[in-house]
Amino acid sequence: MNRVSTNATTGGTSGPTAAEFCGHCGESSDGGASATSDVHHTCEELLQLEPPRYCAACRRRMKVQVTPLGWSAECSRHGLLSP
Amino acid sequence: MTMQPDLQANPNTILETARARVLEQGMGLSESQLVEILRLPDDALPATLQLAHEVRLKHCGEDVEVEGIISIKTGGCPEDCHFCSQSGLFDSPVRGVWLDIPELVKAAKETAATGATEFCIVAAVRGPDIKLMNQIKFAIDRINEEADINIACSLGMLTQRQVDQLAEWGVHRYNHNLETARSYFPEVVTTHTYEERLETCNMVKDAGMELCCGALIGMGETLEQRAELAAQLAALEPHEVPLNFLNPRPGTPLENQGLMDGKDALRAIAAFRLAMPRTVLRYAGGRELTLGDLGTREGLMGGINAVIVGNYLTTLGRPANADLNLLVELNMPIKELQKTL
Repeated sequence: MNRVSTNATTGGTSGPTAAEFCGHCGESSDGGASATSDVHHTCEELLQLEPPRYCAACRRRMKVQVTPLGWSAECSRHGLLSP
Repeated sequence: MTMQPDLQANPNTILETARARVLEQGMGLSESQLVEILRLPDDALPATLQLAHEVRLKHCGEDVEVEGIISIKTGGCPEDCHFCSQSGLFDSPVRGVWLDIPELVKAAKETAATGATEFCIVAAVRGPDIKLMNQIKFAIDRINEEADINIACSLGMLTQRQVDQLAEWGVHRYNHNLETARSYFPEVVTTHTYEERLETCNMVKDAGMELCCGALIGMGETLEQRAELAAQLAALEPHEVPLNFLNPRPGTPLENQGLMDGKDALRAIAAFRLAMPRTVLRYAGGRELTLGDLGTREGLMGGINAVIVGNYLTTLGRPANADLNLLVELNMPIKELQKTL
Protein backbone atom coordinates (compact mmCIF):
# COMPACT_ATOMS: atom_id res chain seq x y z
CA MET A 1 0.00 0.00 0.00
CA ASN A 2 1.14 3.48 -0.79
CA ARG A 3 2.22 4.98 2.53
CA VAL A 4 2.94 8.62 3.27
CA SER A 5 3.52 10.70 6.30
CA THR A 6 0.07 11.97 7.19
CA ASN A 7 1.45 15.00 8.99
CA ALA A 8 3.64 16.16 6.14
CA THR A 9 1.91 19.54 5.94
CA THR A 10 2.88 20.39 9.49
CA GLY A 11 6.45 19.41 8.87
CA GLY A 12 6.15 16.46 11.19
CA THR A 13 8.93 13.89 11.24
CA SER A 14 7.20 10.99 12.85
CA GLY A 15 7.78 8.80 9.77
CA PRO A 16 5.37 6.89 7.59
CA THR A 17 2.03 5.89 9.03
CA ALA A 18 -0.60 3.51 7.74
CA ALA A 19 -2.30 4.89 4.65
CA GLU A 20 -5.84 6.22 5.02
CA PHE A 21 -6.64 5.71 1.36
CA CYS A 22 -5.63 3.33 -1.37
CA GLY A 23 -3.20 4.94 -3.81
CA HIS A 24 -4.72 3.02 -6.71
CA CYS A 25 -8.50 3.33 -6.29
CA GLY A 26 -8.72 6.10 -3.71
CA GLU A 27 -11.08 4.16 -1.48
CA SER A 28 -10.58 3.86 2.26
CA SER A 29 -7.79 1.62 3.38
CA ASP A 30 -8.17 -0.56 6.44
CA GLY A 31 -4.54 -1.46 6.71
CA GLY A 32 -5.23 -4.96 5.46
CA ALA A 33 -7.01 -6.02 8.62
CA SER A 34 -10.47 -6.87 7.32
CA ALA A 35 -12.11 -8.92 4.62
CA THR A 36 -12.62 -5.80 2.51
CA SER A 37 -8.88 -5.35 2.33
CA ASP A 38 -8.86 -8.09 -0.30
CA VAL A 39 -9.95 -5.39 -2.73
CA HIS A 40 -6.81 -3.47 -2.00
CA HIS A 41 -4.63 -6.54 -2.33
CA THR A 42 -5.54 -6.39 -6.00
CA CYS A 43 -4.80 -2.68 -5.96
CA GLU A 44 -1.40 -3.39 -4.44
CA GLU A 45 -0.65 -5.81 -7.25
CA LEU A 46 -1.70 -3.21 -9.80
CA LEU A 47 0.56 -0.66 -8.12
CA GLN A 48 3.50 -2.79 -9.16
CA LEU A 49 2.80 -1.64 -12.71
CA GLU A 50 1.51 1.87 -12.19
CA PRO A 51 2.20 4.77 -9.88
CA PRO A 52 -0.35 5.76 -7.23
CA ARG A 53 -2.93 8.25 -8.43
CA TYR A 54 -4.49 9.15 -5.08
CA CYS A 55 -2.81 10.62 -2.04
CA ALA A 56 -2.85 8.01 0.70
CA ALA A 57 -3.34 10.70 3.32
CA CYS A 58 -6.19 12.77 1.89
CA ARG A 59 -7.41 10.99 -1.28
CA ARG A 60 -6.69 13.98 -3.49
CA ARG A 61 -5.78 13.04 -7.04
CA MET A 62 -2.08 13.62 -7.42
CA LYS A 63 -0.10 15.08 -10.29
CA VAL A 64 1.85 12.09 -11.55
CA GLN A 65 4.80 12.21 -13.91
CA VAL A 66 6.14 8.99 -15.34
CA THR A 67 9.56 8.95 -16.99
CA PRO A 68 11.29 6.01 -18.67
CA LEU A 69 13.22 5.15 -15.54
CA GLY A 70 11.13 6.57 -12.73
CA TRP A 71 8.01 8.36 -11.57
CA SER A 72 6.87 10.96 -9.09
CA ALA A 73 3.48 11.86 -7.67
CA GLU A 74 2.65 15.14 -6.03
CA CYS A 75 -0.27 15.93 -3.73
CA SER A 76 -1.06 19.62 -3.54
CA ARG A 77 -1.36 19.27 0.23
CA HIS A 78 1.00 16.48 1.21
CA GLY A 79 3.87 17.00 -1.16
CA LEU A 80 5.96 14.79 -3.36
CA LEU A 81 5.97 11.02 -3.38
CA SER A 82 8.45 8.95 -5.37
CA PRO A 83 9.53 5.32 -5.34
CA MET B 1 -14.88 -8.08 -48.10
CA THR B 2 -13.13 -10.75 -50.11
CA MET B 3 -11.67 -12.81 -47.30
CA GLN B 4 -12.75 -16.41 -47.35
CA PRO B 5 -10.06 -18.32 -45.47
CA ASP B 6 -10.18 -22.06 -45.74
CA LEU B 7 -11.22 -23.13 -42.24
CA GLN B 8 -10.10 -26.69 -42.94
CA ALA B 9 -6.57 -25.78 -44.06
CA ASN B 10 -3.86 -27.82 -42.45
CA PRO B 11 -1.63 -25.76 -40.10
CA ASN B 12 1.43 -27.19 -41.76
CA THR B 13 0.17 -26.11 -45.16
CA ILE B 14 -0.60 -22.62 -43.86
CA LEU B 15 2.89 -22.29 -42.40
CA GLU B 16 4.58 -23.74 -45.49
CA THR B 17 2.77 -21.21 -47.64
CA ALA B 18 3.80 -18.43 -45.27
CA ARG B 19 7.39 -19.62 -45.27
CA ALA B 20 7.58 -19.56 -49.06
CA ARG B 21 5.95 -16.16 -49.42
CA VAL B 22 7.46 -14.24 -46.49
CA LEU B 23 10.76 -15.86 -45.64
CA GLU B 24 11.85 -16.80 -49.11
CA GLN B 25 10.18 -14.15 -51.28
CA GLY B 26 10.16 -11.33 -48.73
CA MET B 27 6.49 -10.54 -49.33
CA GLY B 28 4.00 -9.95 -46.54
CA LEU B 29 1.00 -12.21 -46.14
CA SER B 30 -2.36 -11.11 -47.48
CA GLU B 31 -5.25 -10.25 -45.16
CA SER B 32 -6.91 -13.63 -45.68
CA GLN B 33 -3.65 -15.43 -45.02
CA LEU B 34 -3.22 -13.44 -41.82
CA VAL B 35 -6.62 -14.62 -40.66
CA GLU B 36 -5.41 -18.18 -41.14
CA ILE B 37 -2.34 -17.45 -39.02
CA LEU B 38 -4.44 -15.89 -36.27
CA ARG B 39 -6.72 -18.95 -36.27
CA LEU B 40 -3.94 -21.52 -35.97
CA PRO B 41 -4.35 -23.88 -33.01
CA ASP B 42 -2.22 -23.56 -29.90
CA ASP B 43 -0.10 -26.56 -30.82
CA ALA B 44 1.02 -24.75 -33.96
CA LEU B 45 2.09 -21.66 -32.02
CA PRO B 46 5.75 -22.66 -31.47
CA ALA B 47 6.24 -23.29 -35.20
CA THR B 48 4.49 -20.02 -36.02
CA LEU B 49 6.73 -18.04 -33.69
CA GLN B 50 9.78 -19.83 -35.05
CA LEU B 51 8.86 -18.85 -38.60
CA ALA B 52 8.27 -15.25 -37.55
CA HIS B 53 11.66 -15.23 -35.82
CA GLU B 54 13.38 -16.56 -38.94
CA VAL B 55 11.66 -13.86 -40.99
CA ARG B 56 12.81 -11.19 -38.57
CA LEU B 57 16.40 -12.45 -38.62
CA LYS B 58 16.53 -12.72 -42.40
CA HIS B 59 14.87 -9.43 -43.26
CA CYS B 60 15.72 -7.21 -40.26
CA GLY B 61 18.82 -8.76 -38.72
CA GLU B 62 19.58 -9.70 -35.15
CA ASP B 63 19.69 -6.18 -33.68
CA VAL B 64 17.01 -4.94 -31.32
CA GLU B 65 16.08 -1.27 -31.31
CA VAL B 66 15.58 0.23 -27.86
CA GLU B 67 13.47 3.33 -27.22
CA GLY B 68 12.30 5.38 -24.28
CA ILE B 69 9.03 7.33 -24.30
CA ILE B 70 7.93 10.24 -22.16
CA SER B 71 4.88 12.40 -21.81
CA ILE B 72 5.52 16.15 -22.01
CA LYS B 73 1.83 16.90 -21.57
CA THR B 74 -0.26 14.36 -19.71
CA GLY B 75 -4.05 14.18 -19.47
CA GLY B 76 -6.77 16.61 -20.47
CA CYS B 77 -6.93 15.40 -24.07
CA PRO B 78 -10.10 16.51 -25.92
CA GLU B 79 -10.31 13.23 -27.89
CA ASP B 80 -12.31 10.20 -26.78
CA CYS B 81 -10.07 7.23 -27.63
CA HIS B 82 -11.90 4.68 -25.52
CA PHE B 83 -8.75 2.95 -24.28
CA CYS B 84 -6.98 6.07 -23.07
CA SER B 85 -6.78 7.27 -19.49
CA GLN B 86 -5.59 10.66 -20.70
CA SER B 87 -8.87 11.68 -22.30
CA GLY B 88 -10.38 14.64 -20.51
CA LEU B 89 -13.82 13.27 -21.40
CA PHE B 90 -13.63 10.28 -19.06
CA ASP B 91 -13.66 10.03 -15.27
CA SER B 92 -10.06 8.89 -15.11
CA PRO B 93 -7.77 9.39 -12.11
CA VAL B 94 -5.06 10.77 -14.40
CA ARG B 95 -4.57 14.51 -13.76
CA GLY B 96 -3.26 16.97 -16.28
CA VAL B 97 0.42 17.77 -15.88
CA TRP B 98 3.20 19.31 -17.96
CA LEU B 99 6.80 18.18 -17.76
CA ASP B 100 9.40 20.94 -17.64
CA ILE B 101 12.28 20.93 -20.10
CA PRO B 102 15.10 20.25 -17.60
CA GLU B 103 13.30 17.09 -16.47
CA LEU B 104 12.75 16.11 -20.09
CA VAL B 105 16.44 16.53 -20.89
CA LYS B 106 17.38 14.56 -17.78
CA ALA B 107 15.12 11.72 -18.90
CA ALA B 108 16.61 11.79 -22.40
CA LYS B 109 20.11 11.46 -20.96
CA GLU B 110 19.04 8.61 -18.70
CA THR B 111 17.37 6.87 -21.62
CA ALA B 112 20.45 7.25 -23.82
CA ALA B 113 22.54 5.73 -21.04
CA THR B 114 20.56 2.49 -21.34
CA GLY B 115 21.76 2.11 -24.92
CA ALA B 116 18.50 3.33 -26.40
CA THR B 117 18.69 5.05 -29.78
CA GLU B 118 15.23 6.63 -29.77
CA PHE B 119 13.58 9.05 -27.33
CA CYS B 120 9.97 9.80 -28.11
CA ILE B 121 8.29 12.92 -26.74
CA VAL B 122 4.54 12.45 -26.47
CA ALA B 123 1.72 14.90 -25.80
CA ALA B 124 -1.91 14.08 -25.06
CA VAL B 125 -3.47 16.47 -27.56
CA ARG B 126 -5.62 16.38 -30.67
CA GLY B 127 -2.79 18.21 -32.35
CA PRO B 128 -0.12 20.64 -31.23
CA ASP B 129 -0.77 24.37 -30.78
CA ILE B 130 1.87 27.07 -31.11
CA LYS B 131 2.78 26.86 -27.43
CA LEU B 132 3.45 23.14 -27.65
CA MET B 133 5.35 23.43 -30.91
CA ASN B 134 7.58 26.10 -29.36
CA GLN B 135 8.22 23.85 -26.38
CA ILE B 136 9.07 20.95 -28.64
CA LYS B 137 11.54 23.07 -30.59
CA PHE B 138 13.18 24.20 -27.34
CA ALA B 139 13.26 20.63 -26.02
CA ILE B 140 14.81 19.26 -29.22
CA ASP B 141 17.57 21.86 -29.10
CA ARG B 142 18.35 21.17 -25.42
CA ILE B 143 18.33 17.40 -25.87
CA ASN B 144 20.58 17.60 -28.90
CA GLU B 145 23.03 19.65 -26.84
CA GLU B 146 23.19 17.15 -24.01
CA ALA B 147 22.24 13.66 -25.19
CA ASP B 148 23.28 11.39 -28.02
CA ILE B 149 19.94 9.98 -29.08
CA ASN B 150 17.45 10.25 -31.93
CA ILE B 151 14.38 12.30 -31.12
CA ALA B 152 10.93 11.14 -32.07
CA CYS B 153 7.64 12.91 -31.43
CA SER B 154 4.02 11.95 -31.00
CA LEU B 155 1.85 15.05 -30.91
CA GLY B 156 -1.40 13.94 -32.50
CA MET B 157 -2.70 15.13 -35.83
CA LEU B 158 -0.52 17.62 -37.67
CA THR B 159 -0.95 20.32 -40.27
CA GLN B 160 1.37 20.33 -43.24
CA ARG B 161 3.21 23.32 -41.76
CA GLN B 162 3.76 21.45 -38.50
CA VAL B 163 5.02 18.39 -40.35
CA ASP B 164 7.48 20.57 -42.21
CA GLN B 165 8.62 22.27 -39.01
CA LEU B 166 9.25 18.99 -37.19
CA ALA B 167 11.21 17.64 -40.15
CA GLU B 168 13.25 20.85 -40.31
CA TRP B 169 14.00 20.64 -36.58
CA GLY B 170 15.48 17.21 -37.04
CA VAL B 171 12.74 15.00 -35.66
CA HIS B 172 13.85 11.56 -36.72
CA ARG B 173 10.60 9.67 -36.44
CA TYR B 174 6.96 10.62 -35.87
CA ASN B 175 4.48 8.36 -34.11
CA HIS B 176 0.83 8.36 -35.03
CA ASN B 177 -0.97 5.06 -34.50
CA LEU B 178 -3.85 3.67 -36.50
CA GLU B 179 -4.69 1.81 -33.25
CA THR B 180 -7.27 -0.53 -34.76
CA ALA B 181 -8.78 -1.68 -38.02
CA ARG B 182 -10.66 0.81 -40.15
CA SER B 183 -13.83 -1.25 -39.70
CA TYR B 184 -13.54 -1.12 -35.89
CA PHE B 185 -12.22 2.42 -35.50
CA PRO B 186 -15.65 4.08 -35.01
CA GLU B 187 -16.23 1.75 -32.03
CA VAL B 188 -13.09 3.09 -30.38
CA VAL B 189 -12.85 6.75 -31.37
CA THR B 190 -15.63 9.15 -32.33
CA THR B 191 -13.93 12.55 -32.13
CA HIS B 192 -11.82 12.05 -35.22
CA THR B 193 -11.70 9.63 -38.11
CA TYR B 194 -9.42 6.91 -39.35
CA GLU B 195 -8.89 8.96 -42.48
CA GLU B 196 -7.65 11.92 -40.44
CA ARG B 197 -5.07 9.66 -38.87
CA LEU B 198 -4.00 8.36 -42.25
CA GLU B 199 -3.64 11.91 -43.52
CA THR B 200 -1.08 12.76 -40.83
CA CYS B 201 0.76 9.48 -41.42
CA ASN B 202 1.08 10.16 -45.13
CA MET B 203 2.25 13.73 -44.60
CA VAL B 204 4.94 12.49 -42.22
CA LYS B 205 6.22 10.01 -44.78
CA ASP B 206 6.13 12.54 -47.59
CA ALA B 207 8.22 14.94 -45.48
CA GLY B 208 10.97 12.35 -45.11
CA MET B 209 10.52 11.53 -41.45
CA GLU B 210 10.33 7.89 -40.46
CA LEU B 211 6.75 6.92 -39.68
CA CYS B 212 6.00 5.01 -36.51
CA CYS B 213 2.44 3.76 -36.76
CA GLY B 214 1.15 1.25 -34.31
CA ALA B 215 -1.61 -0.97 -33.15
CA LEU B 216 -3.51 -1.56 -29.95
CA ILE B 217 -5.02 -5.01 -29.91
CA GLY B 218 -7.36 -6.68 -27.46
CA MET B 219 -10.03 -3.96 -27.58
CA GLY B 220 -12.80 -6.34 -28.60
CA GLU B 221 -11.94 -6.50 -32.28
CA THR B 222 -12.41 -9.81 -34.09
CA LEU B 223 -9.52 -11.87 -35.42
CA GLU B 224 -10.58 -10.76 -38.89
CA GLN B 225 -10.29 -7.14 -37.80
CA ARG B 226 -6.90 -7.85 -36.28
CA ALA B 227 -5.79 -9.20 -39.65
CA GLU B 228 -7.40 -6.21 -41.35
CA LEU B 229 -5.34 -3.86 -39.17
CA ALA B 230 -2.11 -5.72 -39.92
CA ALA B 231 -2.85 -5.54 -43.64
CA GLN B 232 -3.74 -1.84 -43.44
CA LEU B 233 -0.52 -1.11 -41.59
CA ALA B 234 1.44 -3.11 -44.13
CA ALA B 235 -0.10 -1.06 -46.93
CA LEU B 236 1.01 2.12 -45.18
CA GLU B 237 4.60 0.83 -45.03
CA PRO B 238 5.65 2.46 -41.75
CA HIS B 239 9.24 2.24 -40.62
CA GLU B 240 8.08 1.03 -37.23
CA VAL B 241 4.99 -0.60 -35.76
CA PRO B 242 4.65 -0.47 -31.98
CA LEU B 243 2.37 -3.27 -30.85
CA ASN B 244 0.31 -2.48 -27.76
CA PHE B 245 -1.96 -4.83 -25.82
CA LEU B 246 -4.94 -3.31 -24.06
CA ASN B 247 -4.33 -2.54 -20.41
CA PRO B 248 -7.87 -1.62 -19.33
CA ARG B 249 -7.66 1.72 -17.57
CA PRO B 250 -9.98 2.82 -14.77
CA GLY B 251 -12.62 5.28 -15.84
CA THR B 252 -12.32 4.61 -19.57
CA PRO B 253 -15.09 2.98 -21.66
CA LEU B 254 -12.86 -0.11 -22.00
CA GLU B 255 -12.10 -0.46 -18.30
CA ASN B 256 -14.09 -3.70 -18.07
CA GLN B 257 -12.63 -5.26 -21.20
CA GLY B 258 -10.63 -8.27 -20.05
CA LEU B 259 -6.99 -8.77 -20.86
CA MET B 260 -6.44 -10.57 -24.13
CA ASP B 261 -5.25 -14.16 -24.02
CA GLY B 262 -1.46 -14.50 -24.02
CA LYS B 263 -1.43 -17.06 -26.83
CA ASP B 264 -3.63 -14.82 -28.97
CA ALA B 265 -1.16 -12.03 -28.31
CA LEU B 266 1.75 -14.19 -29.42
CA ARG B 267 -0.14 -15.26 -32.55
CA ALA B 268 -0.75 -11.58 -33.26
CA ILE B 269 2.97 -10.81 -32.91
CA ALA B 270 3.80 -13.54 -35.39
CA ALA B 271 1.03 -12.41 -37.75
CA PHE B 272 2.21 -8.79 -37.72
CA ARG B 273 5.75 -9.95 -38.49
CA LEU B 274 4.47 -12.11 -41.33
CA ALA B 275 2.50 -9.13 -42.65
CA MET B 276 5.51 -6.80 -42.46
CA PRO B 277 8.76 -8.74 -42.82
CA ARG B 278 11.04 -5.67 -42.89
CA THR B 279 9.34 -3.35 -40.41
CA VAL B 280 10.64 -2.56 -36.94
CA LEU B 281 8.09 -4.37 -34.75
CA ARG B 282 8.22 -2.99 -31.25
CA TYR B 283 6.92 -4.30 -27.98
CA ALA B 284 4.89 -1.47 -26.47
CA GLY B 285 2.33 -1.03 -23.70
CA GLY B 286 0.46 -3.82 -21.99
CA ARG B 287 2.89 -6.66 -22.65
CA GLU B 288 3.73 -7.03 -18.96
CA LEU B 289 0.12 -7.84 -18.09
CA THR B 290 -0.78 -9.78 -21.21
CA LEU B 291 2.38 -11.82 -21.69
CA GLY B 292 4.34 -11.69 -18.45
CA ASP B 293 8.04 -12.53 -18.34
CA LEU B 294 7.79 -15.79 -20.28
CA GLY B 295 5.65 -14.28 -23.00
CA THR B 296 8.03 -11.36 -23.33
CA ARG B 297 10.80 -13.79 -24.12
CA GLU B 298 8.62 -15.76 -26.56
CA GLY B 299 7.68 -12.60 -28.43
CA LEU B 300 11.31 -11.59 -28.80
CA MET B 301 11.88 -15.04 -30.27
CA GLY B 302 8.75 -14.70 -32.41
CA GLY B 303 9.11 -11.60 -34.55
CA ILE B 304 9.65 -8.66 -32.19
CA ASN B 305 12.83 -6.67 -32.87
CA ALA B 306 12.39 -3.54 -30.75
CA VAL B 307 11.35 -2.67 -27.22
CA ILE B 308 10.24 0.32 -25.21
CA VAL B 309 12.60 0.32 -22.28
CA GLY B 310 11.32 1.04 -18.79
CA ASN B 311 8.05 2.86 -18.26
CA TYR B 312 5.26 4.00 -20.52
CA LEU B 313 3.34 7.28 -20.46
CA THR B 314 1.13 6.71 -17.44
CA THR B 315 1.94 3.15 -16.42
CA LEU B 316 5.10 1.34 -15.46
CA GLY B 317 6.97 -1.25 -17.49
CA ARG B 318 9.41 -3.95 -16.58
CA PRO B 319 12.61 -2.62 -15.01
CA ALA B 320 14.90 -1.51 -17.83
CA ASN B 321 17.61 -3.90 -16.70
CA ALA B 322 15.23 -6.85 -16.96
CA ASP B 323 14.75 -6.27 -20.67
CA LEU B 324 18.37 -5.34 -21.32
CA ASN B 325 19.60 -8.45 -19.51
CA LEU B 326 17.13 -10.56 -21.46
CA LEU B 327 18.53 -9.23 -24.72
CA VAL B 328 22.03 -10.22 -23.59
CA GLU B 329 20.75 -13.65 -22.62
CA LEU B 330 19.08 -14.08 -26.01
CA ASN B 331 22.26 -12.90 -27.74
CA MET B 332 20.41 -10.03 -29.38
CA PRO B 333 22.61 -6.94 -29.71
CA ILE B 334 21.11 -3.51 -29.18
CA LYS B 335 21.01 -1.50 -32.38
CA GLU B 336 23.65 1.20 -32.24
CA LEU B 337 22.90 4.85 -32.83
CA GLN B 338 24.98 5.27 -35.97
CA LYS B 339 23.04 2.49 -37.63
CA THR B 340 19.81 4.44 -37.39
CA LEU B 341 21.14 7.77 -38.65
